[in-house]
Amino acid sequence: MSSRIPLPYSPKVLELFRNPKNLGPMEDATVVESAGSPACGDMIRLYLKIVNIDGVDIIEKATFESYGCAANIATASILTEMIIGKKVEDAWKISWKYLSDQLGGLPPIKYHCSILAVGALKRGIRAYYKKVGSHPDWLPKDLTTEEKQVFEEEEIMMRYYSSLKTLGEGR
Amino acid sequence: MSLSKKVRELLESHGKPQKEVYFDLENSGFIPQEVVEAMIPYFNMRGYGHPSITHRVGWEALEVIYEAKELLAKTIGVDNPESIVFTHSGTEANNLAILGFLLKNRGSRGKKVIVSSIEHLSVIFPARFASELLGFKVVLVPVDEYGFIDPEILKYYVDKDTVLVSIQMVNHEIGTIQRIKELVDIVKSANQEAIFHTDAADAYGWVPINVRELGIDMLTISSHKVHGPRGVGVLYVREGLELESPLKGQLSVEKLWPGVENVPLIAGFKKAVEIMFNDFDSRVNYVRNLRDKLMKGILDRVPEVLVNGPTGNARVANNVNMSFLRVEGEALTVELSLYGVYVSSGSACSSRVLEPSHVLLAIGRKHEEAHGSILFKVSHHHREDDIIYALEVIPKAVERLRNISAWR
Repeated sequence: MSSRIPLPYSPKVLELFRNPKNLGPMEDATVVESAGSPACGDMIRLYLKIVNIDGVDIIEKATFESYGCAANIATASILTEMIIGKKVEDAWKISWKYLSDQLGGLPPIKYHCSILAVGALKRGIRAYYKKVGSHPDWLPKDLTTEEKQVFEEEEIMMRYYSSLKTLGEGR
Repeated sequence: MSLSKKVRELLESHGKPQKEVYFDLENSGFIPQEVVEAMIPYFNMRGYGHPSITHRVGWEALEVIYEAKELLAKTIGVDNPESIVFTHSGTEANNLAILGFLLKNRGSRGKKVIVSSIEHLSVIFPARFASELLGFKVVLVPVDEYGFIDPEILKYYVDKDTVLVSIQMVNHEIGTIQRIKELVDIVKSANQEAIFHTDAADAYGWVPINVRELGIDMLTISSHKVHGPRGVGVLYVREGLELESPLKGQLSVEKLWPGVENVPLIAGFKKAVEIMFNDFDSRVNYVRNLRDKLMKGILDRVPEVLVNGPTGNARVANNVNMSFLRVEGEALTVELSLYGVYVSSGSACSSRVLEPSHVLLAIGRKHEEAHGSILFKVSHHHREDDIIYALEVIPKAVERLRNISAWR
């Protein structure tokens, strides 16, 4: 139910919502990955250009598109700023909590925006190693908490609409 | 950092826009100066006493309470002002109606409570609460794609087991004006004993109401929906109908709602009602005209927009509700706020339960359509230039967010 909850955004969230950095599609992206869906009410698409310099994978460029609330847009924006120029291995270590802290602290009810952004990044990194056909030692075989939560959110909506279809109520 | 400091910083960073247009009259409204002035004396000059105590300032308080009751009774076609009960909000009035009736009738043989699927949560939640607590069974009646209850369908729901039916006169989100007389007749002809409550918070002041002609047993009104102050609600209870208050404490004027009446706010509410009912038809027409300009203006200027709720005369004159596809509603409320246009959304942006407005889902909107919904309420305090400004700003706001959007 749509009960109302106070959302005291930080000035940082408002600023990045107003002027997001690294916006829009990237033509020469190495990988493009999304997390969330329109039905969930939030969705992030990350474009990453990853290059290998002397055996080290580096995120050279990162851009995003976001369908979601102000916090969602701000989170995606700050994430791209944070990962540009970073080693992929270091980018993998960014936690949703760290991201939230960098935004001046998201309201708890908005933590999932940060989880979604980190989830999209982890998906992108996995997609990159799948594409180049390698699996570095530091990359866990099992899904992390953030990735699991993103899957869960997407699945709830998929189940909802497939059950409607079964009931003959899908449109 | 303290929470107040956090909000202060947010406000500083937001800044005060040069022009401001407030359309969020669903959630709270500004109070006209005349209404403020009607309240002021009751804070410290007159009637600041307790209306049930025997002294002059108490009686002054009592006087204004009765004046307000008499006026309210008249506006809904009732003679006995005692059938008007003040609560401290519309939510409380709905709770009193549902819980108060079910508590009083918990021993009854009938156990069925019927509410529409698009009722305000202050009806649905108490009905569910009572069903768990007192052993009633709550049934939600479906509505069509515009929010109407089909009388033929309602007929199937009402039976001898039905004790209470609660159906809104006008929906608070999508403005559907229910064919309430037909629905009351269906209920009463299927079961004469069944009690009919209507939440008229969004009808009052916008559609003419005569509870006797309509055959309504209980009716809810909310002060802030008519530019009165927040903190006053009304439940009309038909003479002879008994309730048991779910709230316990020292009684005052109201025998069904303990706690001292909010006298200054009641004085303000009375003034707000006087304004709403003075020149009723021309005010409603004025607002309808502005509303149509806003609605048509948006449809002309912004592609991929859905109108939520009915069009034409079946939609209440002040309501605009639209879904802007590929844009998330909360983001749009923030973007519009930066331009000084204040609205609300039925999106679920604020939780992981992923549940947007139950009203929009009930009329068949998909989740992604409901997430992009924006509610505007127009009033007689708006001017043509407010609409023109909103129409300038809305396309820009939607376009910027669509350009960012990951939903293509």
